[in-house]
Amino acid sequence: MRHAGRALLVVVMLFLVGPFILICLTGLSGGETLAFPPDGLSLRWVIRVFEIESFRDSFALSLTLGIGATLIALILGIPAAYALVRYDVPGADAIRNLLTAPIIVPGIIVGLALLRHLVIPSGLGVTLALFLGHTALLIPYAVRVTAASLQNLRADIEDAAILLGASRIGAFVRVTLPNIKNGIMAAFIIGFITSFNEVPVSLFLTGPGVATLPVDMLLYMEYNYDPSIAALSGLLALMSLGVVLTAERLLGLSRYV
Amino acid sequence: MSDPFLELDALTLTYGDTIAVEALDFHMAAGELVALLGPSGCGKTTTMRAIAGLMRPAAGHIRLDGRDITRVAPNRRGVGLVFQSYALFPHLSVYENVAFGLRIARIRAEELERRTHAALGAVGLTDFAGRAPAELSGGQQQRVALARSIVMEPKLLLLDEPLSNLDARLRLEMRTELARLQREFGIAMLYVTHDQAEALALADRIIVMNDGKVEQVGTPEDIYDRPTSVFVADFVGFENTFRVERGALSGANGPVDAGFAVTEGARGLAWRPQDVTLGQGPHRGRIEGASYLGQSVEYLMSSPLGPIKAERPAHEKRHATGTEVTFDLPQARAVELARG
Ligand SMILES: Nc1ncnc2c1ncn2[C@@H]1O[C@H](COP(=O)(O)OP(=O)(O)OP(=O)(O)O)[C@@H](O)[C@H]1O
Ligand SMILES: [Mg+2]
Repeated sequence: MRHAGRALLVVVMLFLVGPFILICLTGLSGGETLAFPPDGLSLRWVIRVFEIESFRDSFALSLTLGIGATLIALILGIPAAYALVRYDVPGADAIRNLLTAPIIVPGIIVGLALLRHLVIPSGLGVTLALFLGHTALLIPYAVRVTAASLQNLRADIEDAAILLGASRIGAFVRVTLPNIKNGIMAAFIIGFITSFNEVPVSLFLTGPGVATLPVDMLLYMEYNYDPSIAALSGLLALMSLGVVLTAERLLGLSRYV
Repeated sequence: MSDPFLELDALTLTYGDTIAVEALDFHMAAGELVALLGPSGCGKTTTMRAIAGLMRPAAGHIRLDGRDITRVAPNRRGVGLVFQSYALFPHLSVYENVAFGLRIARIRAEELERRTHAALGAVGLTDFAGRAPAELSGGQQQRVALARSIVMEPKLLLLDEPLSNLDARLRLEMRTELARLQREFGIAMLYVTHDQAEALALADRIIVMNDGKVEQVGTPEDIYDRPTSVFVADFVGFENTFRVERGALSGANGPVDAGFAVTEGARGLAWRPQDVTLGQGPHRGRIEGASYLGQSVEYLMSSPLGPIKAERPAHEKRHATGTEVTFDLPQARAVELARG
């Protein structure tokens, strides 16, 4: 029984970590094509990643998109979460369900719907469309994560602040915000990573010369079959890992997801 | 009489369709310590929140120091509230919790420091200034909450069951502390409790509330010795309280003759356990239980009047459980209740 359990654990870990190791090794290949086992070890494809101009552009776009869309989602999501948690909002349950929908509905559908019914009829620019699409995608995460930390905060400390002379907004800024700061940071990191790794919605909302990094990688693979793609994947995975580990250390990220 | 310092005038408070407090009237004088006493759910916290301005009355008026504050914003009333839950700011040190209001009022640095230290000193927490609230005991947190309100020198301080989470010793200590602060700063205090002993010990005047209405207002002696309603008599420990119907006591199975002529107009009669005598009298009962209390013995009896509680000196003749006894509810010791 014990052995069976341990064996299962090993298999699961292999499934989770195995691909990551395979990709990293492939990216360190000295050969010309994407293959495993690697044809000798070298850093030439890792270096090559930084020389490909479209990767630089799409990385910049993904970074801006991730930060920008997450910030906007938080600016809209924090007040929404506050209202849902603190007030008797009519139809609060319906709103809550509506907000979880984008997490459940496949991204392909969201992307197609946005393209078909928003971008095409309005003639919206591709970059703006991407921003809107990602913001819409991230608001549910922003609401849910901040709502969770608001729920853990007593409501009466705001009343206490008001009776000590603070205005309603002053009480929120001086008392509520500092106490949900970690939740907001967690929401930011989760939002950023979600946006950064997002493919299905972005796939529909890219245009000539405008692609997010993951989409750009797909496009690159169609014409080039070299290990640079594996090297880039490995680098991105390491970046995500770094962000998550730092966040876990500083904020206890796992409490919010 | 001079104008009251705080006056509630036909105050009605509701949550949606539920009426929590109905047409409440009361007033208190400047510098007075008034206890608001009543059972759980009678509307004490609701009343406090309305006086503080955290809740808008459905009807009625609140006047403070000659000004109608019914529609004044809570941060402009000069009213402090010590929450039952303390409501300390978890992200700020004890010092910053106490200095919070002064910072908002943009008090000069030296004065802020002086007043904050004075308030911390008054509650005996000078050595804890640098701690976070989470690193304090319940009693210490309680005192921070108190200091945080007192430092603002409010005209009126509302205290919502501030001692309810403390052990007996700390409770007594804080009670004394509160009385001292009130004398020292001359702050009018409205003190909510459901513990009658606390109200009796602390207050200049007691307001007894029941089900969203005032039952009786009076000095501790009035309330304790001369309750005017069946509810108040029960609440302050009379134990043997009976409604009066057509000159007789209403018992468990119908009216029972009191054994004397009941005063016209009395709606109820009440006796403390110490005033019930055993071994003679017009009533018959059965001892259901006896507890030895050291100085005295407490008997629980069943009778046509319903359950009776008697407390007799330990040197008196003892009565065994299960025996039949006669007892008297002496007219001389009866408290007449004007309201049923
Ligand atoms: N937020 C609310 N929504 C609806 N009803 C409420 C709310 N708060 C209180 N009530 C009701 O109003 C009445 C008075 O409540 P309140 O909290 O003032 O009682 P209390 O006297 O302070 O009781 P306790 O001694 O238990 O603190 C109660 O019947 C309670 O159920
Ligand atoms: Mg209460």
